[in-house]
Amino acid sequence: MNLPVPSGSVERPRWPAPSRFRRYQGPVMLSLLAICALVTVLTTIGIVAVLGLETIHFFRESHVSLPAFVFGTEVDPPKFGIFPLIWGTVMVAAGASLIALPIGLLSALYLSEYAPRRVRAVLKPALELLAGIPTIVYGFLALVLVTPLLKACFEPLGLKVDSYNALSACVVVGVMIIPMVSSLSEDVLSAVPRSLREAAYGLGATKFEVSTRIVLPAGLSGVAASFILAISRAVGETMAVVLAAGRMPNVTANPLRSVETMTAYIVAITGGDASYGTPKYLSLFAVGMTLFVMTLGLNILSGLILRRFREVYN
Amino acid sequence: MSVVESDNYEPERRARRLAGPLFGAACLLATLTGVVVLSVVLGAVAAAALGHGSQHPWYAIGPNAWKLGRFLVSLTQKFSEDAGFRAGVYGSLWLLALTVLFAVPTGVGAAVFLEEFTPPGRLRRAIQMNIANLAGVPSIVYGILGLALFVRAFGFESFALGRSLWAGALTLALLVLPVIVLATQEALRSVPSSLRHAALALGASRWETVRDHVLPMAVPGILTGTILAVSRAIGETAPVLMVGAAGSIDWIPNGPGDRYTALPVEIYNYAKEPGVEFQSVAAGGILLLLVILLTMNSIAIVIRNKYRVPTR
Repeated sequence: MNLPVPSGSVERPRWPAPSRFRRYQGPVMLSLLAICALVTVLTTIGIVAVLGLETIHFFRESHVSLPAFVFGTEVDPPKFGIFPLIWGTVMVAAGASLIALPIGLLSALYLSEYAPRRVRAVLKPALELLAGIPTIVYGFLALVLVTPLLKACFEPLGLKVDSYNALSACVVVGVMIIPMVSSLSEDVLSAVPRSLREAAYGLGATKFEVSTRIVLPAGLSGVAASFILAISRAVGETMAVVLAAGRMPNVTANPLRSVETMTAYIVAITGGDASYGTPKYLSLFAVGMTLFVMTLGLNILSGLILRRFREVYN
Repeated sequence: MSVVESDNYEPERRARRLAGPLFGAACLLATLTGVVVLSVVLGAVAAAALGHGSQHPWYAIGPNAWKLGRFLVSLTQKFSEDAGFRAGVYGSLWLLALTVLFAVPTGVGAAVFLEEFTPPGRLRRAIQMNIANLAGVPSIVYGILGLALFVRAFGFESFALGRSLWAGALTLALLVLPVIVLATQEALRSVPSSLRHAALALGASRWETVRDHVLPMAVPGILTGTILAVSRAIGETAPVLMVGAAGSIDWIPNGPGDRYTALPVEIYNYAKEPGVEFQSVAAGGILLLLVILLTMNSIAIVIRNKYRVPTR
């Protein structure tokens, strides 16, 4: 056989050596990107540092003890009891959840199980648009639409409705978080494998049975996580609550009375005449810290549920 | 062999037959609440803004449509006869531009770093969890952060930005940063890895692969997420209120160091005043805001639907 034997010196093609620009661009960009990622970490550190330091500052200036702060029932200085604010916040969040969670879950089930493809293609963007409406709009609606409606409903029954009241806040915040519940739950429910549904249908189950006994249990952890995220959102909601629920820190179970939430208090302090460094001004940081801890706790809980109870299908 | 009675094949047949459609109808109704609410929102706001109080029925929008132009052109004034939102619209546009300037490069950069350059492991999990938690922090907490960090700089006067557009935009940028990071990551993940492998096999460096191949493929997704995030920022009231957008400013900011007011803040200031006239002005502002936001959101949704990567 006569194979061409390579001679001693083969001319290898010459690639241009990487220019200095090309050699350094990668590492330089990498460090810039790392700095970007660092910004997110620094944001967290910043939030914790600001809230923590100023909260300590508050406790030092105001001479309020921690139990007196948490359980005190008088908001005004020099008592600085936050309990009425927590009460108002929990009340609004609970009422909003009563409205949003069932409706959100049902519409998630509809979108993932019942809706024909073309209906879905219209409804999903509509829900997304709804989620894009700013909260100030909901606050305005509470003021000009919901509260007058409530007055028309309840005042003939002899019940007094405050012009700022907790119920209208519950209604608008509830409506506001529906898209969040439905879109997060729908993602989870759609991810339940098709084989589970078809097995159930094959055994003669109806659509209702497949939805409630197969799909829902399979996606339960995700649905629960979306519920908790929505509640956390309701707790942190500000403008709708400021305009709907008002500024009266009442501890009451009557939803037709005015209540004050933590977020409303913070807005009121910034808009007020308290100057920097006074205990009244610093109290906004302490209230903000409480709010931050509550929402962070809920968010972490939601993540834990998602990870701990996730059903894994192969 | 006994014959099973036919009824036993389907126990509670009627109940099951009935429950299905009923439940389906309930689910459909629940879904429609969203659509109904959307129309009620738009209808009520339009009626309050353009209707003429009690003299005209709520649908008498046509003759008053000229008012919308007035809301856009007129500067803030407490007299509702001639009130408008020019200062707020300019302020919000300034905020929009500066927020995009700060948040988009940082957010995309952080996402690229996490998706393309960080090996899966403890570091990546930690940063990822941090971003997820940041996305859940209420916007008013960002307002507090901005107040302490940017407006006052912890009391170091020479670093403090005061109640300027800088401070407002930086606060909003931090607020939307996690949302942009999450959306960009999603977009980067949908780029098939065969593309990366091909580029790397041809001798491109990892940065070149990202710059020339991965990022261009991910642009539609990034754009969608960014528009949605930024439109959320423009609608935010609480953080901007906290970092000092003033209520009654009747001049237009000349540069990013100026004091400003934002459209949602002006709306809030009118909405909290008692009196129908003020509320009709507030509704006019809301109409402007909704037109801006819904346009932005629709653009985002259209982009996404147009460039959606077919799922395999």
